[in-house]
Order: sequence, then structure tokens, then C-alpha cells
Amino acid sequence: MDIGESVIEVSGLRRRYGPEGAAGFEAVRDVSFDVRRGEVFALLGTNGAGKTSTVELLEGLAPPTGGRVRVFGHDPYGERAVVRPRIGVMLQEGGFPSGLTAVETATMWAGCTSGARPVGEALELVGLDGRRDVRVKQLSGGERRRLDLALALLGRPEVLFLDEPTTGLDPQARRLTWELVRELRDGGTTVVLTTHYLEEAEALADRLAIMSEGRIAVAGTPGEVIAGRPSRIRFAMPPGWFVGDLPPLAELGVLHHSELPEARGQVELRTRELQRTLTGLLLWARETGVELEGLDARTASLEEAFLAIAGADATREGAEA
Amino acid sequence: MTRVLALGRAELTLLGRNRLALHVAVLVPPLMAWAMRRSIGGIDGLGLGETGMSLDELALTAGFGFVLLFVVHQNLVSAYVARREELVLKRLRCGEARDPEILAGTALPAVLISVAQCALLAVVGVGRLGMRGPARPDLMVAGLVLGIVVCATLAAVTSAWARSVESAQLVTLPLFLVSLMGSGIGVPPELLPAPVASVCELLPLSPALALMRGGWLGGMGAYAAIGHVMTALAWTGMAVFAVKRWFRWEPRR
Repeated sequence: MDIGESVIEVSGLRRRYGPEGAAGFEAVRDVSFDVRRGEVFALLGTNGAGKTSTVELLEGLAPPTGGRVRVFGHDPYGERAVVRPRIGVMLQEGGFPSGLTAVETATMWAGCTSGARPVGEALELVGLDGRRDVRVKQLSGGERRRLDLALALLGRPEVLFLDEPTTGLDPQARRLTWELVRELRDGGTTVVLTTHYLEEAEALADRLAIMSEGRIAVAGTPGEVIAGRPSRIRFAMPPGWFVGDLPPLAELGVLHHSELPEARGQVELRTRELQRTLTGLLLWARETGVELEGLDARTASLEEAFLAIAGADATREGAEA
Repeated sequence: MTRVLALGRAELTLLGRNRLALHVAVLVPPLMAWAMRRSIGGIDGLGLGETGMSLDELALTAGFGFVLLFVVHQNLVSAYVARREELVLKRLRCGEARDPEILAGTALPAVLISVAQCALLAVVGVGRLGMRGPARPDLMVAGLVLGIVVCATLAAVTSAWARSVESAQLVTLPLFLVSLMGSGIGVPPELLPAPVASVCELLPLSPALALMRGGWLGGMGAYAAIGHVMTALAWTGMAVFAVKRWFRWEPRR
């Protein structure tokens, strides 16, 4: 198997709920992407962007309304007997019989899984070995998520689907899950992850796609997605000083500026040349003796890219309304 | 098969922890048969002679029917609804188990208990009530197997109508009442007017009851037996079609 070989190929994917026309709803609209062997691929998006609807098609839970999905070159819905033994799935909302203990649940799942790891090993991987004899209904929400992850890992999957794996987890359990995902990736597992935590995607993803209204708005490595996004500078002008008193902003490389309404004198600048803008700003401050309170300069992050896309949605919705 | 066994074992553990369901499965069918024997025994001139059955034989074979209704049908409707509402069925479908394996695994404990219950009824009948043993055990087994298959597949169909375990009890009522009145469980078919009786022969549980009764008492011809088997298979075929089409694997939203 070559490195960089595609294990998942998605092209022109569509998923529609309900009847034709206005009564139905198209949750996935012409989505295409590839996932390469051994990478962590993240699907990001606001709630309702179509992440789960897309991932369920990759998992073979439903047939697509249109377009094509291939996992290991097979149709995950039509050829599930071929695909399933090689994948592990953790649903956003999965269920277990509340009357069984953690170890009984895992044993049941192991009986349904070819080449399963020992149950104890799977529970240990997710840090649940101390809770093995506790009934599912007495586990916390985070512990149930980890049990779900343990089951997804039972079959030593080549491809692991994680739908919002850390929602409801405390920060420590979240770090543990991230560590585990990295270890799995280092061991050669391909991971497809949906999340609405941007720092999670930043911490884990080799490549990512940001979905919006059923479409992929932008895709690439985190670096590529962030590239081209402006950096941000924030500060407060002292009383009696105004933005107009600054040197001409265009000369500092500022793309646009805004005065934040929530605090008087708060200014926000956007620039693609952070160092040049900042130098000009600080030189001006030294010459005039102005104290720029709360000065904060940040390189673009995934958050910028995400908010720009989510913000565009909000504006468009506002215009349509 | 390993997958069905793994699911069945988990389901059996759950049943063992659900006191109410366990009591219904174990105690209700023999109690119903006993109650029936008491109440019918108190009525004079019921014309039991026309049925060719003694009171014990009537009550005992009705007991088989109660086993099918309570242990298989009612119990399984609750189990399918509960697993669906807990999102267990959806989760299982993400694994390697196929749809029929998931349904069969869930049904396994109910099937085992119903077989054990019927065996127990037969042993009590012969051992304690001094009845003569089954004349045609093969027909009895065929009736029991067909009855279990029809009840289990109909339970899967019925579960689509219930949104909660509570309403699951309600949706089992139609089959319960129809079978009680028309399939020879509560009322022997010989006591029904002839045209009604011939229509009632086509009800879902009628073939199973007729085969088990005929197997116990003897005197059922091959032609009649094949007719009952075909009726039961027709019901199974329709139920399987309905399950494929309408079974709900996820809660409604």
C-alpha cells in the first residue's frame, strides 16, 4: 500500500431527507473530497452544516441520494460485508443497553466483530478499565463516549470514523482522546473526524474541510485553509484619541479597521502584513506618547477562517430573510 | 452465528435484570392456562364434548398459545422498542452484524424461554395431570416453531407502531385479542359458527395452535396439516416483507 493512497473517495455526494421539492431538505449538496491512508481528516462546520449526514453515508448507514462514495474502493452501503470489518464507527449519538455493564457491552460487541482485541485491552485504551463493572446507565456522559470509542477500536480498524468524539468530555478526558487519536494515526490508522471544536481540528487534523449549508466551503491542510486569512490587532485608544489620529492605515498595510461597539476606544485592525502594521503602529505610539491599552496581535487561526465562513452564512441568511 | 449468540447472550442478561419482563415471561402463561381451566370448569353445559378435548387438554394447549403471545410476541415488541429508543439498534447497525442477525439475536432469549415453557407445560400435563402424551410430536414441534417465527416477525412489525416501551404494551393488544378469540386460545374453534371458524383458521396464530393441538391429541390429516403450515408460512412471508419495509431502526424525531 502506498502512502498517500486514497482510502475514501467522495464525489458529487448528495443526501436528501423527505420528499422532492420544498417539503424535503437537502442536507448534503454536491460534496467531494478524498481521504488518504494514514491521515487524520476533519470535517468542521456549524450545527446543521451536514457533517453527520455526510459521515453516515461514508459509514454505509444509508445510501446517498446522488453521487458516489467509495471506501477501500467499495460501496460502503451496498458492500457492507466487505467494508465493515475494516472500519470502526463512533456515532454522535450511539446507544447501549442501559442495563449492561461496560465490560458486558464490550463483550457483546466483540462477539459481533471479526478479529476483535481482548475486551480488557479496549477498555484500557480509553481509560475505562476501572469502570468495567459499572452499568451503562451509571456511567457519566463522557464515560459513555469513551465506551463508544472503545467499541469502535475493538476490531483494530483501518479507518476510524469519529463523529464529535469529545463532545461532553471534560478537558482531561479530551486530551486523553486526542493522545489516543494521535497514537492510532502513528500506528497507521486513518481517522475521519467531525467536530465543532476548532482547537480539536487544529490539534489533530492533517487535512480538513469546513462545511457550510451542505457544501464544502474550503478544504486543505490547516496551513492552506488559514493562508490568505488576515491577522488581527486589537487595542484601546486613550480618551481624546481617535482612529483618525493614527497614521494613514493603508500605508501600514491595514485591510480594514473597525471600532468595537462593546468598549469605547477599542479598535480592531486586519492585515496580511502583521509585522509591518505592528511596527508602524508602535513607532507612532512612541512618537506621540500614546499608551495602547490591551494591545493584542494574533496571526490568523482556524477560528478566523471558520468565523469568516459562518459569518458569510449569517449575512446571506439575513439577506434572504 | 457467533454474532447472534453474542447479541442473544447480552439480551438474556438484560432480561434477567428486568424483573417485570422476566415474571411476565415465566409466570403469566402457566397462570393464564390455570385460570382458564378454573373458569371454564365452572361453567356447565359449555359443550366441551363437541371439541373432543378434556378440560385439561383444552387448558394445556391454550397454555402453548399464551406462551407464544406473552413470551414471544409481547416480550419482543418491548425489547425491539426499548433497543430502538436507546439507539442500540442504530449503534449495532454500524458494526458487522447484519439486520436479520440483530433481530434474531434480540429474539434469542424469548425463543429459548418459550421452548422451555412449552416443554414444561407438556411435562406437567403428562406427569401431574395424567394426560396421555402427544400423539404426533412432529406436528407439535412444527406448530411451535411456526408459532415462534410468526410471533417474532410480527413483533418486529408491531414495534414500528410504538414510540415508547409503555405504548408497546398497547400495540400488542390487537394480536392478543384476535388470537384469544379467533385462534383457539380462549375459545375452542369448534365452538365458533362454521363460517366464522373457517375464516378464523387464517388468523396469524391459528395454524400454530391447530398444529400443536392436533399434534397433542392426534387425528389431524396430512392435508389439513399442510394447509396450516402454508398459512403460517404465508403470514411469515408477509411479516418479513413488512419488517424489511417498515421496521424502524431509529427513533422518530
